[in-house]
Amino acid sequence: MMGHWIIAPVALPAIVAALIVLVMRHDLMLQRVFSVAATLALAGIAGALLMAASQNPPEIYLLGNWPAPFGIVLMLDRLSALMLVLTSLLALAVQFYAISTDWDSRGKHFHALFLFQMMGLNGAFLTGDAFNLFVFFEVLLIASYGLMIHGAGRDRLRAGVQYIAFNLIASTLFLFALATLYAVTGTLNMADLAARIADLPEGEAGLIRVAAVLMLAVFAIKGALVPLQFWLPGTYANAPGPVAALFAIMTKVGAYAILRTTTLIFPPETAATGSMVADLMLPAALVTLAVGSVGILGATTLPRLAAFAGIASMGTLFTAFSAFTPQATAAGLYYLLHSTLATAAIFLIADLVADRRGNGSLTAQPRIAQQGLIAGLFFSNAIALAGMPPLSGFLGKLLVLDALRADAALIWTVILVSSFLMVLGFGRAGSVLFWKSHAVGDAAEPDHRPEPLAFVAVGGLLAGLVALTVFAGPVMGWLEGTAAALHAPDAYIAANQLPPPGVIEGN
Amino acid sequence: MEALIAIAIGSLTAAGIYLMLRLRTFPVIIGLTMLSYAVNVFIFAAGRLVPGLPAIISPDAAGYTDPLPQALVLTAIVISFGMTAVIVLMALGAWLEAGHDKVDMDDADQEASK
Repeated sequence: MMGHWIIAPVALPAIVAALIVLVMRHDLMLQRVFSVAATLALAGIAGALLMAASQNPPEIYLLGNWPAPFGIVLMLDRLSALMLVLTSLLALAVQFYAISTDWDSRGKHFHALFLFQMMGLNGAFLTGDAFNLFVFFEVLLIASYGLMIHGAGRDRLRAGVQYIAFNLIASTLFLFALATLYAVTGTLNMADLAARIADLPEGEAGLIRVAAVLMLAVFAIKGALVPLQFWLPGTYANAPGPVAALFAIMTKVGAYAILRTTTLIFPPETAATGSMVADLMLPAALVTLAVGSVGILGATTLPRLAAFAGIASMGTLFTAFSAFTPQATAAGLYYLLHSTLATAAIFLIADLVADRRGNGSLTAQPRIAQQGLIAGLFFSNAIALAGMPPLSGFLGKLLVLDALRADAALIWTVILVSSFLMVLGFGRAGSVLFWKSHAVGDAAEPDHRPEPLAFVAVGGLLAGLVALTVFAGPVMGWLEGTAAALHAPDAYIAANQLPPPGVIEGN
Repeated sequence: MEALIAIAIGSLTAAGIYLMLRLRTFPVIIGLTMLSYAVNVFIFAAGRLVPGLPAIISPDAAGYTDPLPQALVLTAIVISFGMTAVIVLMALGAWLEAGHDKVDMDDADQEASK
């Protein structure tokens, strides 16, 4: 039992971020030390929470000691612990990269915003209350606005305005959805919502369906599901490289929220919503995959290519989640781990290339410093993203295909054809970037700072992919347990110790 | 009263959506503000409209109105206020950097429409 440690992933970054703003705003070195130390501590705490969650049933943390459903609760279960670990590991790599490439000195408050973003992410993964989820979404968003325009510049600011406007609309939709849910059920605790919606009278089903679709739309905006993906390429391609890499986990927040709400609150067995969510999600996911892979083929700059690779990976992920079977969910979770690390790595590599060339354009240009090493990283990452053997992308896609045998004709075709398009797209980009430069070549030896820590960060992410491949068996075994718990959420609901039905209304 | 509130929410939302579809930053921000007003009233109405009753427990109250939506709407107001401040500053920054306040990113279109 983890007790008060459950709130640590939210409280620790909040405290350290405030300290960084107040006490160390003029000392970049001190900021770096504290920021990395806080992220290391977060990784340790997340690891301990993961160990505890995989042995024990879901554990509840009552904020202010108010019992559910009256107070706000945090819930630690296997899925949320997994997301915490993934977030902290990704954050470590991004931080090393940002420090090594001096991105954190190109504007103010990088480390404070970074830690506030961690606070929002961790809170969103831990919370067991729908309105609290909205609040943590806003925390992570407002930090992401600051990070997105870090270093400023004309295009970045204008892309930032679009990004904020789009997310403000999403927040408003989220509030409409929450108010509708509250109006029908009278609660916002997720476990209580699940219990109440399950035995709702027939006449109220219409409003619940409206709320479910609104929430799905909000999370689809976060997860860049077609037709709500328009914000992503412009935002990610204009954001600083390390920030775009950190944003790889932001789309996964949307995927996490969809998985949590659709397994807990709107499962297919619920009379009010039925298979509606799955029916909407599957076609959208397949189109997302197609749009992403065509985008990879058509991208004219490397950061945009990376952004479309992110969209394509979300398509595969949502395809797996839309099947609503434990096997498909476990495969989707494996793909989520893989695609977060792989997408983050491609953004970092794109930044390495763009920094050495002075632009991210996909055209033949003279050789860059450390070309061989960067090319090697790019190709191994491309293999992982396109889903070719031997890396985890191949295993992930294989697991997803295996889990979706029911609709094999359509789903297999889309996934396999899009993988082919991705291979073509990455092959074209790689050969233009790294091979044709020899034809353009000039005599002068390109010069650039070596930045060893940046390569350690990218290498660390790729090493994570290798580890996922090597330990695929044990990882999948653990994920199957997680998926089984998600699809039978009785233990999650029981951990909330809700009062029996009728007690509240009776008084 | 229900009809009045419903009309108010509806017209605020309609005005908000219309303004958000404009091409310049300022109307878009006003539209977002309208939309957040609409949702604030909507949240308030989610606890049912009960006139003249307290939200806090008192010995001589005949009944109560639901206090939770009032707390929710307070949170929503604070957040949307903060977010509006952020987007206004960002829009100002973008306007100063770019020299115009068009929302669209495509510079070829900008040149054509000048």
